[in-house]
Amino acid sequence: MNSIATQLKQKFESSIHIDSLGQDVLYFSKEDYLDAVQYLKSECEITMCIDVTAVDFLGCNDRKAIEGVQLERFEIVSNFISHKRNERVRLIVEIEENHPTVASICSVFPGANFAEREVFDMFGIEFEGHPDMTRILMPDEWQGHPLRKDDSPARIPVNFTDDISSAEESFQ
Amino acid sequence: MGLESVSHNFLTGRLEDMVQWSRKNSMWPASFGLACCAIEMMASGAAHYDLARYGMEVFRASPRQADLMIVAGRVSQKMAPVLRQVYDQMAEPKWVISMGVCASSGGMFNNYAIVQGVDQIVPVDVYVPGCPPGPETLMHGILTLHEAVSNTDILKRRDENKKGLGIVAPQLDGQTAIGTLMPNPRVRKVTS
Amino acid sequence: MSELDDAVTTLEGTAGNDDARFQNERLFDQTNEGAQGYKKKEVVITGGPWPQDVTDETMVINMGPQHPSTHGVLRLMVELDGEIVVDAKPIVGYLHTGMEKTGEELTYVQGCTNVTRMDYASPLSNELVFSLAAEKLLGIEIPERATWARMLLVELNRISSHLLFQATNGMDVGAVSMMIYGWREREEVLRLLEKITGLRMNHNYIRVGGIAADLPEGWKKDVLEICDKVEKGVHQYDSLLSGNPIFQERMVGVGILSTEQALSLSATGPILRSTGYAWDLRKEQPYLAYDQVDFDVITTSNGDVFDRYRIRLYEILESIKIVKQCVENMPKGDYRVQDKKVTPPPRARIDESMEALIHHFKLFTEGFKVPAGETYAAVESPRGEIGCYMVSDSSSKPLRMHVRGPSFYNLQSMVPMMKGRYFADAVAVISSVDPIMGEVDR
Repeated sequence: MNSIATQLKQKFESSIHIDSLGQDVLYFSKEDYLDAVQYLKSECEITMCIDVTAVDFLGCNDRKAIEGVQLERFEIVSNFISHKRNERVRLIVEIEENHPTVASICSVFPGANFAEREVFDMFGIEFEGHPDMTRILMPDEWQGHPLRKDDSPARIPVNFTDDISSAEESFQ
Repeated sequence: MGLESVSHNFLTGRLEDMVQWSRKNSMWPASFGLACCAIEMMASGAAHYDLARYGMEVFRASPRQADLMIVAGRVSQKMAPVLRQVYDQMAEPKWVISMGVCASSGGMFNNYAIVQGVDQIVPVDVYVPGCPPGPETLMHGILTLHEAVSNTDILKRRDENKKGLGIVAPQLDGQTAIGTLMPNPRVRKVTS
Repeated sequence: MSELDDAVTTLEGTAGNDDARFQNERLFDQTNEGAQGYKKKEVVITGGPWPQDVTDETMVINMGPQHPSTHGVLRLMVELDGEIVVDAKPIVGYLHTGMEKTGEELTYVQGCTNVTRMDYASPLSNELVFSLAAEKLLGIEIPERATWARMLLVELNRISSHLLFQATNGMDVGAVSMMIYGWREREEVLRLLEKITGLRMNHNYIRVGGIAADLPEGWKKDVLEICDKVEKGVHQYDSLLSGNPIFQERMVGVGILSTEQALSLSATGPILRSTGYAWDLRKEQPYLAYDQVDFDVITTSNGDVFDRYRIRLYEILESIKIVKQCVENMPKGDYRVQDKKVTPPPRARIDESMEALIHHFKLFTEGFKVPAGETYAAVESPRGEIGCYMVSDSSSKPLRMHVRGPSFYNLQSMVPMMKGRYFADAVAVISSVDPIMGEVDR
């Protein structure tokens, strides 16, 4: 457990720490998330927010149970790095399906702006306090959230036609 | 509309030849490079595979001044209206080459985000396969289009059935790599 | 960071030009304080709804998505007061391909073909980060030869990507002949990559378990020839461009970014290093065999466009150093891990052994199963830190495959660089950020 994870776990005792293949992961509740990120910036010498993304676990059969954590459909995963201590830490927040909102960390790390917009666009999870919660990758009038498992199919079957006369004509 | 409004008979044959010759020898592409194929399109314009020998090194930024639109790369749902708008802004005569498999048919991405073939939006004259097609294949496709322009009445056909010519160029990559880094068996060494 | 201090080469001042003619005020921005002293009072939050109360004095102009100098399909909405940029908003998404969704549909064996098309100027970095993440989940060890060969190829790719930057940057700033010169050396590197991997771009060569095929015969001679050619070319570009007064006028003092801004806006790579912050993943958190080769990390202290151009130029020379060390120290051995469940058997064995046939069939139809877990792997690509966050659920396809593209975050740092400057400088700024829209939109 690296020094940042230790410090964070000491301050927020309700968080759960996991060692995921050598990397430190901490599970937080929605209420503590923004405070934890602020604590990371002020006390743990975290210099940069690397990434904010989400995972949709709908239909996943083999999900590892983690004691003390109520597993939900969505997870928000944010990675941070401390250049001074040369350490990384990951924060995971479970988001339930019927009320997908979480606090935005743009006030602490402005670099998470585009990433949170992408999560909103792809998953439909809203970030409270984000300055511009609009679609970023899909067209503005698109309906639906593509990366959800019950939304667009990942592979549209190719429609082959039986009429090959036009292909024969153009083949030279 | 220019040449097409002149009646086609033995008297105007020479005039037609001359106009078609000048059209094919200075066909200016509109820069519509979207993704990886754009890098290979730039490579064909660079010094090694030179497009300037066909009069085509000027990639016009403004579609009003361009004749040829090489759709190089995958066209997403957000980009499709822009593609149609740029095509409409081009002045006649105009031709379209669909470069790469993503533009021709959606390529390896048959999902919600990519238009499955640019011929759903604009009429395509030559399809150039490859992912990405090397400069040799792209130039073969361009030369096929030049031949079609000088030999067939490609624009009259398009007015009639609203579809482009639809020729598929064959893949011809890897010709020069063999000659330089590996010995070309077809080259005979002259010893005397 | 003491060993890093020894390795860092800091370039100072302008490139060896003591001519007293250049006394304009832009050069005074390039003092020893430079970007470090240029402290903004508040940090800019990019994005935000477009201002509703745009007065008559300012004009909103749209640049792109089809534009000769926006480096692909980037759309920029700029609010101008005369020639000064008051505000700017980048609008992306014109190349969104749904690659993360496709990544959930393809097996781990096929995954590299998808990921390689994200950052299409340096495809091998994408494949590397995907393979590293999958290998971490699988828990397998890659043989040494595969590791060194991967390092060789990724550095060759860094050379070709930075040469592409030199070409497009020169063209955007006005030195149009640079476009032709940059491609001259890049063609040589691409030909070598075609000989090794089979394709000029989007190679699909670095796969989970190692590399797809062994290095061909005579590769050492070819690589050393290319090193010489590229080095000569780089010195030619330096003498052509770096001292050129017009080039300097366009780039020195333009687009200054301070370290706090870069860190808070999550910019990595040459943008962060140009502000004087020496952070390079190859030195700090070494992956592959980077701790066994000797190279410097280039940083500058002024944080402007000229510095980023010089960093990328000298990074080509550092990559050549690494490539030469790879040629000397390439170990012998397997090029793929010998685990039968992950690596397909050689084609000749399929005729001889039933087991080999079955393994081949299973691997290419269904793929190998990866135990459940989640991991994040990061690599230093020519644009910054590229990372792959992968979640697997013990099936043969990833549950979630997310790639952290550096250009997506670097674009956020573009707006503070442009504000308050002339609109003509906006093109130089965009080109110095060097975005590749494939990894921005994925």
